[in-house]
Amino acid sequence: MSQLTRDEVAHLADLARIDLDDAELDHLAPQLNVILEAVASISGVAGDDVPPTSHPIPLTNVFREDVVVPGLTAEQALSGAPEAEEQRFRVPRILGDEQ
Amino acid sequence: MSDELIKKTAAELADALAAGETTSVEVTRAHLDRILEVDGTAESGVHAFLHVDAEGALTQAAESDARRTAGRARHLLDGVPIAVKDVLATQGLPTTCGSKILEGWVPPYDATVVRRIKDAGLPILGKTNMDEFAMGSSTEHSAYGPTRNPWDQTRIPGGSGGGSAAAVAAFEAPLALGTDTGGSIRQPGAVTGTVGVKPTYGGVSRYGLVALANSLDQVGPVTRTVLDSALLHELIGGHDPLDSTSVDAPVDGFVAAARQGATGDLKGLKVGVIKELAGEGWQPGVMQRFAETVDLLTELGAEVTEVSCPTFVHAMATYYLILPAECSSNLAKFDAMRYGLRVVPDGDPSAEAVMKATRDAGFGDEVKRRIMIGTYALSSGYYDAYYGQAQKVRTLISRDFAAAFEGVDVLVSPTSPTTAFPLGEKLDDPLAMYLQDLATIPANLAGVPGISVPAGLADEDGLPVGFQVLAPALADDRLYRVGAAVEAALTDRWGGPILAKAPTLEGPR
Repeated sequence: MSQLTRDEVAHLADLARIDLDDAELDHLAPQLNVILEAVASISGVAGDDVPPTSHPIPLTNVFREDVVVPGLTAEQALSGAPEAEEQRFRVPRILGDEQ
Repeated sequence: MSDELIKKTAAELADALAAGETTSVEVTRAHLDRILEVDGTAESGVHAFLHVDAEGALTQAAESDARRTAGRARHLLDGVPIAVKDVLATQGLPTTCGSKILEGWVPPYDATVVRRIKDAGLPILGKTNMDEFAMGSSTEHSAYGPTRNPWDQTRIPGGSGGGSAAAVAAFEAPLALGTDTGGSIRQPGAVTGTVGVKPTYGGVSRYGLVALANSLDQVGPVTRTVLDSALLHELIGGHDPLDSTSVDAPVDGFVAAARQGATGDLKGLKVGVIKELAGEGWQPGVMQRFAETVDLLTELGAEVTEVSCPTFVHAMATYYLILPAECSSNLAKFDAMRYGLRVVPDGDPSAEAVMKATRDAGFGDEVKRRIMIGTYALSSGYYDAYYGQAQKVRTLISRDFAAAFEGVDVLVSPTSPTTAFPLGEKLDDPLAMYLQDLATIPANLAGVPGISVPAGLADEDGLPVGFQVLAPALADDRLYRVGAAVEAALTDRWGGPILAKAPTLEGPR
């Protein structure tokens, strides 16, 4: 499998919402390639007839009775918020850059 | 007196409390004193703890003593103090996951396992150090500085749960909780000369465990003896409606299995030695102690055969695709909006710019690497080749286990390919670090339980070696039977517990 270029690593960081500077890109890009090279060894190990495993212990979906149980209070839920206002999470502007 | 108390096992402390020979306050204070004496700081000392809750622990201890005096002890372990890995939510106590992005976060709720130890009356001494978000095998990826191995403070204590393992090895706590996603309980157990158990996937609730990789994570006991692990496992295990992957199966029988195993009779037990977990890269001293322990099993009456699990050679590659894929999704929640760090760049930045700046400042290198690998493995065009293929190989690994367990009751291997390596040695070589987990990863991929028990000290460096036992899903009792048999026979041979050979710890100056 092909090597990741520095631009591709920058794109991945963008997708992952991590603001990497040039020095970090220089440091991390070669390490990512070493890791990808190692994990690429599984290519072709399992044939098309092998079903994928997403979960180690087979379980069907679990439901509970539809009854009200106590949850966190608004105060508790907001207790770790960087900013809160009127019982809500206060966030930076969400429009403007591309919209 | 306090030295005697900290050297006791949890089971001995429980007996002493029940007999009225000591109090929970005395026991808890002895461990808090020990923490003050040897734990030190990020710069020196063991540094097993990120947060010590002396006041809370002593209050809980006093309450425990009052209950016991009134004849209302809630559990055998009521009053026996415990340390908790910092990846488990503790209401009112900071929970950082070893990350700057959660610095100072105090959860508004308890993880189910924390609730259970609180309900049983175990005072919580504090939160233990770990690799950031449990990503690592050395605890060096903690944003708050590494934990140092009590056997040699220039070496790693294993990871990610190096703090929990070092805390019990240094007699700072008789019990600790850990989590194991690819070996994070067992490998630290191996390199610190302690016992660690990864239960069957779903056997212990994950509710309130900050997820690294949901399909791999499991909470388990970290202790100095097999019996103590069994006691703690029975307390924390069992069905939890708050965890949809929780298995509704009984969790009793572990203590009985440990007691039975300690009699040293393994007659009729079929043991398979995993052929693939040996060879190049495996330290000779580790292989030597392993081979001797396998011989010991034969002496105790077990039938030992060699078993091949051919797909295990692909376990590491499989794991390092599935784990990053799951963690890149899980860690998306650290978005600077609802909890944790928020870094606001100059000007009038958008939410997205705040998110990116925060995640850059708040995550360390290993977390960034894994998030980006996961993002890549899940991206369209690469999904089938990487993540899809890894999920299929995961099926093959489970089939290898199933085939092996048709012929044997348990599988064994060394827990880790090497003893504790020097701090810093593999910090910038992710692949070398990943190789530490070669022997522990297959169990997580297949969901089967595993234990690491001390097998002695390697000749070349005098450092602890771990012996791993793996059992079929929901047959965790076999780990305790075999683990206790090995422990009893080796302790007898050595003339005392392995930790009696560890150097005396001196407080940092």
